[in-house]
Amino acid sequence: MSERTVLQTQQISGHPGPVPGMGTQRDLEVCKLVDTTTCIGCKACEVACVEWNDMPFQPTMFDNTYQTMPETNWNYWNLIKFREHQREDGTLMWLMRKDQCMHCADPGCLDACPADGAIVKYANGIVDFQQENCIGCEFCISGCPFNIPRFNPATKKVYKCTLCSDRVGQGLEPACIKACPTGCLHFGTKEDMKMLAEGRAKQLRDVSGFKDAGVYDPEGVGGTHVIYVLHDAKNPELYGGLPKNPSVSFAYKAWKSFFKPLGLIGATLGFVGVVFHYVFEGPKREQPEVPPRKPEAPAGRKGA
Amino acid sequence: MTNGWIDIKNADMMLVMGGNPAENHPCGFKWAVEAKRTRNAKLIVVDPRFTRTAAVADLFVQIRAGSDIAFLGGMINYALANNRINKEYLVNYTNAAFVVKEGFKLPEDGLYSGFDSEKQTYDKSTWNYEEGGDLTGKAAAGATMMAAAMHAPANPAKTAPAAKGAAAAAAKPGAPPPPPMLPPNVAYDLSLEHPRCVYQLLKKQYSRYTPEMVERITGIPKDQFLKAADLFTSIRKDGDTKKVGTIIYAVGWTQHSYGTQIIRTAAMLQLLLGNIGRAGGGMNALRGHSNIQGATDMAGIFDILPGYLKVPVPNDKDWDTYVNRITPKAAKPKEWDSFNYWSNTPKFGVSLLKAMYGDAATKENGWAFHYLPKVDRRYSFADIWDDMYKGKVKGLFAFGMNGVMIGPDSQKNIDALKKADFLVVCEIYPDETSDFWKSPGITAEEQKKINTTVYRLPGAGFAEKDGTFVNSARWLQWKNAAVPPPGDAKLDQEILARIFLKVRELYQKEGGKFPDAILKATWSYTNPNNPSLAEIAKEINGKAIADITDEKTQTTIKAGQQLPGFAFLRDDGSTSSGNWLYCGSWTEAGALIQRRGTEDPSGLGIYPNWGWSWPMNRRVMYNRASCDLSGKPWDPSRKQVWWNEAAGKWVGNDVPDFKPDSNPKDHMGPFIMNPEGVGRLFVPLGAVADGPFPEHYEPFESPIANPLHPDRSNNPIVKKFKTAMDKFGTPADGFNIVCTTYRLTEHYHYWTKNNPMNVQLVPEPFVEIPEELAQEKGIKGGDKVKVTSARSEYIAKAMLTKRIRPMKIDGKTTYQIGIPIHWGYKGIAEDEGKTAKTPANLLTPTVLDPNAHTPEFKGFLVKLEKI
Repeated sequence: MSERTVLQTQQISGHPGPVPGMGTQRDLEVCKLVDTTTCIGCKACEVACVEWNDMPFQPTMFDNTYQTMPETNWNYWNLIKFREHQREDGTLMWLMRKDQCMHCADPGCLDACPADGAIVKYANGIVDFQQENCIGCEFCISGCPFNIPRFNPATKKVYKCTLCSDRVGQGLEPACIKACPTGCLHFGTKEDMKMLAEGRAKQLRDVSGFKDAGVYDPEGVGGTHVIYVLHDAKNPELYGGLPKNPSVSFAYKAWKSFFKPLGLIGATLGFVGVVFHYVFEGPKREQPEVPPRKPEAPAGRKGA
Repeated sequence: MTNGWIDIKNADMMLVMGGNPAENHPCGFKWAVEAKRTRNAKLIVVDPRFTRTAAVADLFVQIRAGSDIAFLGGMINYALANNRINKEYLVNYTNAAFVVKEGFKLPEDGLYSGFDSEKQTYDKSTWNYEEGGDLTGKAAAGATMMAAAMHAPANPAKTAPAAKGAAAAAAKPGAPPPPPMLPPNVAYDLSLEHPRCVYQLLKKQYSRYTPEMVERITGIPKDQFLKAADLFTSIRKDGDTKKVGTIIYAVGWTQHSYGTQIIRTAAMLQLLLGNIGRAGGGMNALRGHSNIQGATDMAGIFDILPGYLKVPVPNDKDWDTYVNRITPKAAKPKEWDSFNYWSNTPKFGVSLLKAMYGDAATKENGWAFHYLPKVDRRYSFADIWDDMYKGKVKGLFAFGMNGVMIGPDSQKNIDALKKADFLVVCEIYPDETSDFWKSPGITAEEQKKINTTVYRLPGAGFAEKDGTFVNSARWLQWKNAAVPPPGDAKLDQEILARIFLKVRELYQKEGGKFPDAILKATWSYTNPNNPSLAEIAKEINGKAIADITDEKTQTTIKAGQQLPGFAFLRDDGSTSSGNWLYCGSWTEAGALIQRRGTEDPSGLGIYPNWGWSWPMNRRVMYNRASCDLSGKPWDPSRKQVWWNEAAGKWVGNDVPDFKPDSNPKDHMGPFIMNPEGVGRLFVPLGAVADGPFPEHYEPFESPIANPLHPDRSNNPIVKKFKTAMDKFGTPADGFNIVCTTYRLTEHYHYWTKNNPMNVQLVPEPFVEIPEELAQEKGIKGGDKVKVTSARSEYIAKAMLTKRIRPMKIDGKTTYQIGIPIHWGYKGIAEDEGKTAKTPANLLTPTVLDPNAHTPEFKGFLVKLEKI
């Protein structure tokens, strides 16, 4: 895949009017598949992410868990969430889920972002932050249903996983995929990944006794470009708080789908009004400038 | 590994026990995942903790650390009782049918026949096969003999001294009695009914390992044990011989005072199921470092020479005595054939001595055998430290290891170093060993009294060196150096070569007690001060010294040419080879170890043109056993090798690990490295020191008395030390928590605590504690806790977990805790004052397995308190 076709822009935050490259081929939609049922929590993906993106280290604290830190950070975009879960039959599960940006088809961050071009969604599904356009308002953080974007107080910009758009643009897989030793991470077209995921889920249901195994690709955000295979798709919250029915907040939807167009309509109407005004009223006429009156000094005072 | 990493993908059933591959071998573990994904293979994990491996298992069973033989013995009992075995394999490829000598006694009381309680050793003369012939169908006579044997008071004290006395009288004063030999013509009973045949003894031995007994010892509830046993042996359900199961283990099995026997129990189970030699089967030891397999092959151990040749002992007065002692003679049923590959030992030995001493090794001087040191006693890792502690060892070269951290009983090692004259540490960081004199608790006053001179040599890191790694799958794989060593850092071979040449110069100038072994060693490298590893690899492969011709193939190897394989080695001095097992790795065809061919025609993951594996590029050892008696693969969908009747030879996708032209009719056993030609369910003559069958003994520090024989709780021949530092705890003294130690994925031993990336992943040391125990002791997650053993104490933060549960051991509630071993007193967290600066191995005891001399790092007793 060449950069030109893969990184075709589909949507741009805060951008008025049509977007270049909108509506390009579906078959180039990329997707990362995370099979949590074969994840061993080795953190190779975490290290690969830090190293590829050349991020500075930060001190961490022991927190009664194998998890590296409580949540992703501006310099830590990929975090495996560990959770010990006791099932009803008394058996234990140690759930490990690689948490990162989900690259939603309907990205709440992008809807929320008022800065022109700070958030870009490409035709291949990657949602990318362009820090040079970011105004640091943090609206994207509240717009994200997965609690992913992180603010760096030093640069006053927001950061998150780019799905290695730089690598993908060159036809490479994201760094985390390359580093994964067990093959629990896959990367390909959305269609292929979906098929692979469904196949694995079926195997888990039929062979491994996980009757609720399934694929997580939530519709509330239009589907995602990171999808999960879960042993228990009915309870995604067990996996380090994966939301059951994520959706873009109404306020931002309203902003994007209603108020923002309304604003545009308002602006258009304003313009139309101006035109009509011109037609009916004619051009604004030049008014003769009234020279400022020079205050005349009362003669009496001058001389006094 | 008998098999290999990639081969795991061919398994239908996987038992992971005594290892945590997802944690410690994540890259290789992909093949276990692959087997699950592509073959619906099942993964059973048995471990004291619910590990990262358990996280992807189909069945997890929590076991008490150190009770593995009880579990595996129970599995054997289950397989036998439920006919979950491969009978044809069992009868023909193992010694199940062999009849054992009269007088051999099973350890119902914890002791085999021949125990000398004073010396704590066994007289192993009854641990042998009966001389004789085919006893098939003659079981009745045997039965009476057996009954007599069993009712005879099997008191070893009575019989053993008499036997020894007789032997001593016959021998010359001072000389030991001639060692008992295996009979060349072994008695056997193919119906397996003879009461003294190995099969019947095996059955009797493990009939005591009932599910109830397994529960008492291991803490695994009976129903869970039965579930695991049923699942693992289900591959042989209803007479199925197609399916295959693998057993995967690591140091969780070796680090016990009976570690070798744990591994043997598992191997026996695999023999019963017919899983050895088969793709997707085998006994697969996962080596814990990138080149630990190479270190073992090249004799980084005191009791072997390169290629697993036995080390000379003082009684080997000359080459002939030595080579006769170590060269086995075939011992088998008369009608069967045995390749007995170790019968080639003289060729391997002479070629090794030619490689070491060149022209100085001649037929006349017994190939310079007198240059080799004779090993008069145990010189294992723990012994070296013990000797230094006692003031006998005056100096230490520490290359590629951090001896203080490795322990066991680290304080003893620190105190030993205080007594040494000198210490040389070659490392890439200052470590706990080089800085032993700054270890916690040593005052400035005390430091002044330490007179050990410490030399620190700047070594090179792994990415700065070329050479080979030999992986767990026995594959020699060449790697290139990525970057040169920084500054004055030097490659190991340069440092060692320059020390050697300096020592040699001193011998040349000043003479010495025994200079020849040093002066006459070959050292014909292009750059003697810094030999290239390629040159050394070629030397290890070996070359012809004179023209040699293989009679069968009429191939001639000219003098000076690289040898194509160990079949060309000679015992007349016309060949040299530094390690017969590596012969064939760098031939006239080039460096096979540098090959990168990615084709895999069979799809079995053999990749015949990638690197090179010993022996002779065989990927699965003993692969003759992948076929039935007639030479047809047990499973036609996983064809490794087979007998080609038309060609009159063995052919296949893998290199046959067998005599290529041995017709199946000749009944040659597939286990060609045993003189019997078959797999050993019963190990004769003390090849394993603590008994022909494994028996469950308790860890040296145990919360209970052994339920099988409370009066004989521990391994009767366990090796321990007697210095003031060697203290042991008992439950009566309040040490009642079972503690085990291990590594984490995020860290590599004691190095990565110097790397900010790894430190970011897991910043501080911790102790894993069951929630229930924590509640009892009022401990919360993150609290500082102190773990105390009879030796020392360890302080770290508490990690509360559901992944270790309280267990009922012999009716008593017992807790286990776990400590990752990575932190000490040098490193990022240490420098920031985030740790108590104490190595975990301050806690562990120095108690050794009598065969491999590995210390019992797993399953010792501690106390736990909040501080």
